[in-house]
Amino acid sequence: MYQMWDYTDKVLDHFRNPRNVGVIPDADGVGEVGSMACGDALKLTFKLGKDGRIADAKFQTFGCASAIASSSALTEIIKGMTLEQAEKVTNQHIADYLGGLPEQKMHCSVMGREALEVAIANYNTGDTTKKILEGKVICTCFGVTEEEIERTIRDNNLTTVEQVTNYTKAGGGCGQCQPDIERIVKKIQEERKKAAAATAQKPRAMTGMQKIKLIEETIERDIRPMLQRDGGDLELIDVSGDKVIVSFRGMCAGCQAAHVTMKDVVEAKLHEFVSPEIVVEEAKS
Amino acid sequence: MAPEVIEAMMPFFKDLWGNPSSMHYFGGQVAKYIEAARQEAATLIGADPSEIVFTSCGTESDNAAIFGSAEAAGSGIRIITTRVEHPAVLGPCRRLKEHGHELIELGVNTPGQIDFDELKQALAGGPAIISIMWANNETGVIFPIEKIAAMVKEAGGVMHTDAVQAIGKVPVDVRKVPVDMLSFSGHKLHAPKGIGVLYIRKGTKIKPFLVGGHQENGRRGGTENVPYIVGLGTACQLAATNMKDEATVVSKLRDRLEDGLLKSCPDVRVNGDRDHRLPNTTNISFQYIEGEAILYHLSDLGICASSGSACTSGSLEPSHVIRAMGVPFTAAHGSTRFSLSRYNTQEDIDYVIQHMPAIVTKLRALSPFVKT
Repeated sequence: MYQMWDYTDKVLDHFRNPRNVGVIPDADGVGEVGSMACGDALKLTFKLGKDGRIADAKFQTFGCASAIASSSALTEIIKGMTLEQAEKVTNQHIADYLGGLPEQKMHCSVMGREALEVAIANYNTGDTTKKILEGKVICTCFGVTEEEIERTIRDNNLTTVEQVTNYTKAGGGCGQCQPDIERIVKKIQEERKKAAAATAQKPRAMTGMQKIKLIEETIERDIRPMLQRDGGDLELIDVSGDKVIVSFRGMCAGCQAAHVTMKDVVEAKLHEFVSPEIVVEEAKS
Repeated sequence: MAPEVIEAMMPFFKDLWGNPSSMHYFGGQVAKYIEAARQEAATLIGADPSEIVFTSCGTESDNAAIFGSAEAAGSGIRIITTRVEHPAVLGPCRRLKEHGHELIELGVNTPGQIDFDELKQALAGGPAIISIMWANNETGVIFPIEKIAAMVKEAGGVMHTDAVQAIGKVPVDVRKVPVDMLSFSGHKLHAPKGIGVLYIRKGTKIKPFLVGGHQENGRRGGTENVPYIVGLGTACQLAATNMKDEATVVSKLRDRLEDGLLKSCPDVRVNGDRDHRLPNTTNISFQYIEGEAILYHLSDLGICASSGSACTSGSLEPSHVIRAMGVPFTAAHGSTRFSLSRYNTQEDIDYVIQHMPAIVTKLRALSPFVKT
């Protein structure tokens, strides 16, 4: 059969023959996530047995083949679980159950995990059955919060903005929040690095001269051409330890977005090619 | 691909392998086949053969027209296009905007038509390059391109049209429609994928997009794709002969499909201007369900369609065309395009009509948005 996506047989099976479709009328827990505007939505209901385990679970899903398969898989996974066990189910469990999902479809598994979380919260507190946005909304197009992004990055070891978009949809609409997502990715990477540094050895040390040379090369090759395209420029003023002092020239001087350029371009490139410890500052005039 | 096209191409993979730019005997022999193909392409659109440039695809033609005429026009130019263009046009227009040129994207109404007052206003702003498609690739909606081109010429603008969808489906004649540049692609004419045409009216100011070769009279550097050019020539010839089938046979099949689906499936809407549309296209929204899921079920039955849903493209937003037309989200994600051709039969159509209700019922049973 012709396929648009490289779905596993298990995904296609759950799409063609979805398990546990419907709504449990007197459900103990109800979780609704997503919306028509977002392009996918899931309503999960479950009923507990006398033993405290999930005796039945049903779903309704508006969405693509992998969204339907992920929901179907979710209901199969949680049946028979205690709520303590169900709370620990991650989107990765759903994806693994289906033999994997295409990277760009991972958000379908995240939607499953979210619905489960909301349904359990609904059971525990009797509160709303819909997902309430907690914390700062980062992506207004798809209604994704900082908390949600952080959790998904941690659960799935994500390292790029593109991955975050594939897993949560955040940043996939107008794209304006992409710098915010980048900041969150960096923050969690920093945390990881610190944790790793505690156990691992420090990287090969550079001499001061080697480092300055490398910084100069990186600025020449990767940073100045980019700025010059927009009529700007940059000059290296000083290097002291991990602190790099630069001065903006041309259009960049006094540009409103210069601090963004500083972080996203200058510092990012120096992190990539010189050292992740580098901090860039603008020379005080 | 049309069998006649494949047959015409085969010798150029085997015996006639000369490079048309070479001076030797083999080259010269091949060059005359290219010129014959150029004549066929010119005849199809009412152009002079010297106005035909072969490219690698419709996207290259669009890029070459927009970037080439912008470069020839100099700095600080204005570009006018519509929000429903193919990405091959929107991409270069938006790139020019990033480079400091002014870009106006005209909106469309629910049937997918532009507002002439808005166009008039945009044209009044000074000299401009205008790129407006002949027919839309997702909905089949045909713009009144003759009227648009006349307005553009009166305002002193340069007019390009992407006719990739229109070619071979409806008459396209540059003697009647005063466009300066026109793009079309081979695979829409049952020629292979990977061959396109850019028509450039004599006297149009344009710089070549691919530089570094004298081919195509200096208008497009690069070794000619001889077998594909020959195949395109044959396809153009066939298209001219078969065009009348499109208006009669194909449009009847399309209407049968559309009417059949509207009758057999509840909560269905047709997207686009039913009175001004290509004969082979229908874009139908099945409300409350999602396009990719529909396509997979259709595909299981051996039916190929495409969708404006976000999920099919790998992007997260539904089709920019469907959204620009103000189609509500309840219907945008379930928009499905069926494209027919003269190779389809009434049995094909009835097969789709017969199986579609079950697919819709199955997916709606899953949908949390359907109240039962």
